[in-house]
Amino acid sequence: MRPLTEAETRSVFEKLGKYIGENIQLLVDRPDGTYCFRLHRDRVYYLSEKLLKVAASVPRENLVSLGTCFGKFTKTQKFRLSVTALDFLAPYAKYKVWVKPGSEQSFLYGNHVLKSGLGRITENTAQYQGVVVYSMADVPLGFGVAAKSTQECRKVDPMAIVVFHQADVGEYVRSEDTLT
Amino acid sequence: MAALRVEEVLAAAEEQEAEKRRSVTVEKELELEFDLGNLLALDRNPPPAAGLRGAGPRREALLRALARDNVQLLVSRLWELPAERAGGAGGPLVAQLPEPTFRLPREKPPPRPRPPTRWEQFARLKGIRRRKKTSLVWDEQAKEWRRRWGYRRAGGDPARAWLAEVPEGADPEEDQFARLRREKRERVARNELNRLRNLARAHRAGSAVPAAPLHPTGHQSREELGRVARVARVSTASLGRFQPRLPKEPAEPPSRSGGKKRRFEPLLGNLAAERSRQLEMLRDMGSKKPVLDITRAVNKQLRQEEAEAAAAKGKKKQTQRGKRGRRQQRVGRSGKKSGARRQPQQRPPSSSMSGGKRK
Repeated sequence: MRPLTEAETRSVFEKLGKYIGENIQLLVDRPDGTYCFRLHRDRVYYLSEKLLKVAASVPRENLVSLGTCFGKFTKTQKFRLSVTALDFLAPYAKYKVWVKPGSEQSFLYGNHVLKSGLGRITENTAQYQGVVVYSMADVPLGFGVAAKSTQECRKVDPMAIVVFHQADVGEYVRSEDTLT
Repeated sequence: MAALRVEEVLAAAEEQEAEKRRSVTVEKELELEFDLGNLLALDRNPPPAAGLRGAGPRREALLRALARDNVQLLVSRLWELPAERAGGAGGPLVAQLPEPTFRLPREKPPPRPRPPTRWEQFARLKGIRRRKKTSLVWDEQAKEWRRRWGYRRAGGDPARAWLAEVPEGADPEEDQFARLRREKRERVARNELNRLRNLARAHRAGSAVPAAPLHPTGHQSREELGRVARVARVSTASLGRFQPRLPKEPAEPPSRSGGKKRRFEPLLGNLAAERSRQLEMLRDMGSKKPVLDITRAVNKQLRQEEAEAAAAKGKKKQTQRGKRGRRQQRVGRSGKKSGARRQPQQRPPSSSMSGGKRK
C-alpha cells in the first residue's frame, strides 16, 4: 500500500473529472474528515485517515481491500474506473441520463442504452461526455459515455445507441469474484 | 636645534636607502641552485646552528629572514630572464621560463601490475614459454612467402574455399560450410568473452586499468557507458545542473541508488500536505482547459435556432387552428421532448468539461 505518485494522481483526477468535473475537490477536501487515496496492488482505494491507520497494520500479502475501490491501473498505467466508485460519482455527477423502466434491465445486464430506452438527458451534454445513468426513480444504476450529444439524441432513430455502457450495478452480481 | 633635526632626518633617510640597497643584494657562502622552470631555488648553505633550536619568536624571525633572502635571490634571477609584453604595448611583462630540470616525485602511487590472465596462470604452472613465430610462411601452392594471417595469407582465402570435406563420423546431411562459419563465429565469440573476462578481473582487482575508465576499443558494456556518462555529466562546475540533454534522455535526474529502487511518499505522511498538493493539482488542471469550446458553442447556436424555428412553427399553427388548436397542442406534447427541454440546468454549463473523444 502506498500513496499515489504525482502522475498517478493526475490520471485518476482526470478520469474522475470527466464524470464529476470540479466537484473532485469535494472528495479531496471533506468537512467531515480527512480522506485520501491509496494504491494497493494496482487498485486505487478511497478511505478515511482513521481507516488508513488501521489498515496500515495489516501485512501487505494479507490485505485484500480497504475503504472504497475507485478503480485500477492497467498494465499500461491507464486508470479504469469501476462500479464501486458509483456511490461517490452519483451525488456529484454533472451530466445525467435517466433510463426508462423497460430498458433498465438491459442496461443492468451490460448492454448499451438505446434511444428507445432513453428517458431524460441533461441539457448540454457533449458527445463522448462521461455520464451517470439513473433509473426514473433517481436510483443510480451505473455510468457510461454519451454516444451522442443532447441535440443529436433528439434526431436519431430509436435503435441508435445513445449511451455506451461502462459500468453498472449488475456487475456486483456478475463479477462478484473479481470485484475487490 | 633645527640643524640637528635636519641632520637627523638626512641620516635617517640615508640609512633607509642603504637598507633598501642592502635588501636587494644578499650575501651567501654557497651559491643557490636554481631551476627557473619550476621556480625552484635550492639553498645548500648550512643554517645558523644556534637559532633554529627551540620554538619562539626568535626562530620565527630567523626563518623569515632566511626565506626573504632566498626569495630575493630567486626573483633577481627571474628578472634576468628574457621577457616580453603580452597583449601589445600596454599588457603585462611576461618572462619566458626555461624548461624545468628538477624531477618532481610522483603525486600518486604507481599503478599495480595487472593480475595474470587464466592462460598466463596455466602457462606459468606448466612451464610453457612463448615461441617466437616468423611473420612470413612459405606457401607451397603459390610458391612464395606469404603472411601467416591476414591479407593474402598462406593457405588461400578461406572465403573462396570451394571444397569442404565431410570428416569421418560426421552427419552426411550437415552443411560443412555452415559448420565452418559457425565454428569460426563461436571461436571469435569465445575469445572475446575471455578477453573481457580478463579485463573485468583486472578491473575488479583494482589495477592500472581504472586509469582509463572506458575501454578504448569500443567493446564497452552498457552499464559502463552509462556510469561514465553519468560521471561526466556531473563533472562540471555546477554539478551537471545546466547540462543540455540528448533528445531522448529522460528529464528527471537519475536516482542516487542507480535506478534500482523507486522511492514513494511515506504511507501515513503529512495528510494535510498531501491534500493541499492535490487541491493545487486540481486547480492547475482546471485552469488549463480552454475557455471556449467550439462544439458547445455550435450546439448552443443550433439549439437556439431550433427553438426559434419551433416557436415560429407553433405560432403559425396557432393562428391557423384558433383557440381549440392551441388547447390541443398544449396537451399533446410528447413527454420526452418536453422533459428534455424542461430539465432545469443544475449548474451553469461550465466549459471545463471538454468533449473528449476517448474515455
